[in-house]
Amino acid sequence: MMQADLIVIGAGPAGAAAALAASEAGLLVVLLDEDASPGGQVYRAPPAGLSVAPDTRGADERAGDALREAVAASAVVWKGGARVWSISGAFRVDAVTAAGSESFTAPRLVAATGAHERLVPFPGWTTPGVIGLAAATILLKSQGMVPGRRTVVAGCGPLLAAVAAKIVAGGGAVAAIIDLSGPGDWLKALPAMASRPDLLRQGLGWALKLGAACVPVLFRHTVTAVSGGEACEAVTVAPVDAEGRPTGGRSRVFAADALAIGHGLVPGSEIPKLLRAEHRFEPEAGGWAPVRDAFGRCSVAGLYTVGDGAAVAGAEPARLSGRLAGLAAAQDAGRLPAHVSAREAGEARAALDKALVFAGAINRLMRARPAMVEEIAKDTVICRCEDVRRGEIEAAISAGAREINQLKHFTRCGMGPCQGRMCGETAATLLARHVGSREAAGYWTGRPPLRPVPLADLLGEFDYGDIPVPNPAPL
Amino acid sequence: MSTPFDLAIVGGGIHGATVALFCARAGMRTVLFERGSLCREASGVNAGTLTMQMTRVALIPYALQAHAMWASAREWLGHDAGVVVCDGLSLAFTQREVELLSFRAGKRREAGAPIDLVTATAARAVEPGLGEGVLLAAHCKVDGYANAYLTGQAYHAALIEAGVDLREETPVSGVEREEGGFAVQTAAGPVRAKRLVLAGGVWLEEMMAWLGITLPIKVLVNQLAVTERVAPVMRTVVGIASGLLSLKQYPHGTVVIGGGWQGRGDRQRGGVELVPESLIGNMRLACHAIPALRHARLARAWAGLEAETADALPAAGPIPGIPDAYICGSVHSGYTSGPYIARLLAQRILGQEPADPLFPIDRLLASPAASPTPSAAAGRATDEQPQHV
Ligand SMILES: Cc1cc2nc3c(=O)[nH]c(=O)nc-3n(C[C@H](O)[C@H](O)[C@H](O)COP(=O)(O)OP(=O)(O)OC[C@H]3O[C@@H](n4cnc5c(N)ncnc54)[C@H](O)[C@@H]3O)c2cc1C
Ligand SMILES: Cc1cc2nc3c(=O)[nH]c(=O)nc-3n(C[C@H](O)[C@H](O)[C@H](O)COP(=O)(O)OP(=O)(O)OC[C@H]3O[C@@H](n4cnc5c(N)ncnc54)[C@H](O)[C@@H]3O)c2cc1C
Repeated sequence: MMQADLIVIGAGPAGAAAALAASEAGLLVVLLDEDASPGGQVYRAPPAGLSVAPDTRGADERAGDALREAVAASAVVWKGGARVWSISGAFRVDAVTAAGSESFTAPRLVAATGAHERLVPFPGWTTPGVIGLAAATILLKSQGMVPGRRTVVAGCGPLLAAVAAKIVAGGGAVAAIIDLSGPGDWLKALPAMASRPDLLRQGLGWALKLGAACVPVLFRHTVTAVSGGEACEAVTVAPVDAEGRPTGGRSRVFAADALAIGHGLVPGSEIPKLLRAEHRFEPEAGGWAPVRDAFGRCSVAGLYTVGDGAAVAGAEPARLSGRLAGLAAAQDAGRLPAHVSAREAGEARAALDKALVFAGAINRLMRARPAMVEEIAKDTVICRCEDVRRGEIEAAISAGAREINQLKHFTRCGMGPCQGRMCGETAATLLARHVGSREAAGYWTGRPPLRPVPLADLLGEFDYGDIPVPNPAPL
Repeated sequence: MSTPFDLAIVGGGIHGATVALFCARAGMRTVLFERGSLCREASGVNAGTLTMQMTRVALIPYALQAHAMWASAREWLGHDAGVVVCDGLSLAFTQREVELLSFRAGKRREAGAPIDLVTATAARAVEPGLGEGVLLAAHCKVDGYANAYLTGQAYHAALIEAGVDLREETPVSGVEREEGGFAVQTAAGPVRAKRLVLAGGVWLEEMMAWLGITLPIKVLVNQLAVTERVAPVMRTVVGIASGLLSLKQYPHGTVVIGGGWQGRGDRQRGGVELVPESLIGNMRLACHAIPALRHARLARAWAGLEAETADALPAAGPIPGIPDAYICGSVHSGYTSGPYIARLLAQRILGQEPADPLFPIDRLLASPAASPTPSAAAGRATDEQPQHV
């Protein structure tokens, strides 16, 4: 078992910044990520052997390379390809690596595991060819692949334009962009977005590319169905109001073999939940979020949480919040003089406050729209791991389920390998309608493994004699 | 002041819920208090195994009766708890385990469990998924499992139908004795009842303290692991001689791996932490028994709290010195036997003669007057039959 001063889980902008700041202050830092190289979702590196054409390399690719170089040049102990499945004590981290299960321990832990996608189900959403909008960014970045020959891109927020532009650049066709927001919503966001001219410019670049490709954009629309059975063939869309509720207006059908769709992001705070840190429902952060101070300190001593895993805000706030936690960890460990940490933290804090203005505008575009959940049909699957439909969830609520873990027991919703990452938001929103609020509905209790792991990888080779079987139970 | 209930039960696990069900059906005005949701502690997070091969010898007769109850749950409970009746095997992989298995299976057989010792070949005919290295197996035809997570839903409906005043999300903070019964303290004020049953699982120690009685209750933190849904890899309940494995595949495809390997936790925090080595040890044992499991992915693991008295026999019967107060819990493999033992207590509360003896707690109380020979009380642990009430 390797002993360190600080363990950081997740090597996106948040985790990498935390690791670098703490390491510069002299802490022995281990940085773990299930991906082979640092970068996270936004700066995901293409796998070895896949070269990206130089003309498609943009600001994200350059920032990712810089992040990877910084980690490589630092004293941070980098562990790539390490899927963390268990965290216990204060703190022992177990990860499945090429070598089986490896353990690490440190008195401090930074959780920087990023966000999940929110996806409100509709008939046909489990059809092959339908993928998440954020997942599409991974496909495009890490595999250099377009989702299909002809893709509908739907949902909300800036990922719409990012994904559509990347598909066009990658040689695919975009049948249409279906945006939950209206032009007015985007106009309202513009002043705040102007606080980040670089990102605004990036967005305008995407818009121009899409305009040049004559991609139709339907504002205030949503996908109501995907047809095709074995594979996506057509996508039906219809107009909606500001809350995402169909207005009853004329629907349209687009022929497409792929749909990339996402309805915003939710903080992936499995680690704070697993460690029983206090949480609060924060709609503006994307959902249930760990309670934390300005440096990311949680209610559990020694635990920090940063980036989109703590509150969805995007890459730059993730980096800055990570840096703040790295500084705090070093200071809490008695390795960084208070005046130095105060100065450095002050700068990061000011930059973070500025960056959060932009993030706030984006989050409003990507906000949850509970009305969409209300509209889900009775026989639409909510939990795809366990095939639980809306009707079964409603029946369980009628049978007396009053809290999300009880609902899980009544229906198996959230019991599958994704552990509720896909269905949790929908199930809790449905329950909240009956019990009054998301607070009353609660959240799934955190359980290991943090990611599903094949037993063969976890257990390695062993002899019967090596198994430490305890003493027999009483007769 | 409203008329008092005939019966108040504190704790909505399998024990409290079953007592409530039978008493309410017999016409008692019954109120059940549960701090959280019904059957969401031990009674909802356990491995659901209904096996004689892990049951303590003294409880075999009870477990057999209870097994029959589970198998017919649809009739008497009226709702499905996903019960599957199937064969069960307990395996020996080493010479020491062969001895252990022969001894233990023999004792359980004497107590009435239909267990036969069979060769590896015969065991493989029963369970084709078995791995290599089995030296001997114990085969029991009365075995099976329920879906523990369905217990709350099934009992919830049954209790409501029986007219029980079911109060979930209602922690009880204390109980006071008063003229003609008890005042049960809740945040919404006291609720009065003529009779009281404490059925608080590992929290029985605190509950007994409300009545000024010291009853030490040990807390076991049992870990469980479950795989994602996979194609069939086994059809029986599989354990090992020491009792430290319980393994079966549910009809929907998940495989639950248990056997009482210990995690960390306590009464205050619950089963908060899994111990990776012991989780891995438990899963290795499972894959050694059923090798095809190696290809499954681990989807979820958790720990729950199981209660144990000093002699590891149940606490089920009247509370000494306090008329009309009863205790029900600390039953080893209590999910299997719970419904029967709780039904016996219901018979007693209803003034009938229980069909089998209860397990009164006099033997466990450290009262200097009551027990001049504490060693005798401790000594009744294993095979000795409990006395009639
Ligand atoms: C699927 C997805 C794609 C996205 N794509 C983009 C995009 O293209 N552009 C954009 O601007 N924003 C994108 N976002 C939003 C983006 O995630 C953030 O703005 C930014 O990356 C947040 O940085 P972070 O460091 O907080 O988390 P992330 O960058 O998400 O980094 C988290 C890291 O933690 C690792 N991790 C998580 N759990 C474990 C575990 N158990 N064991 C080991 N490692 C673990 C992950 O592999 C990941 O590398 C995406 C979000 C998602 C969910
Ligand atoms: C992980 C695990 C696996 C197991 N596997 C098996 C198995 O495979 N087969 C088997 O036969 N047995 C098994 N057992 C044992 C079995 O689950 C228990 O013996 C049985 O469920 C105990 O039931 P109970 O009603 O006594 O306790 P519990 O189910 O714990 O119920 C006690 C209830 O009291 C409530 N309570 C506590 N304090 C208060 C208060 N102040 N006010 C109101 N309510 C309160 C609690 O919330 C709880 O719901 C297992 C146990 C565990 C933990």
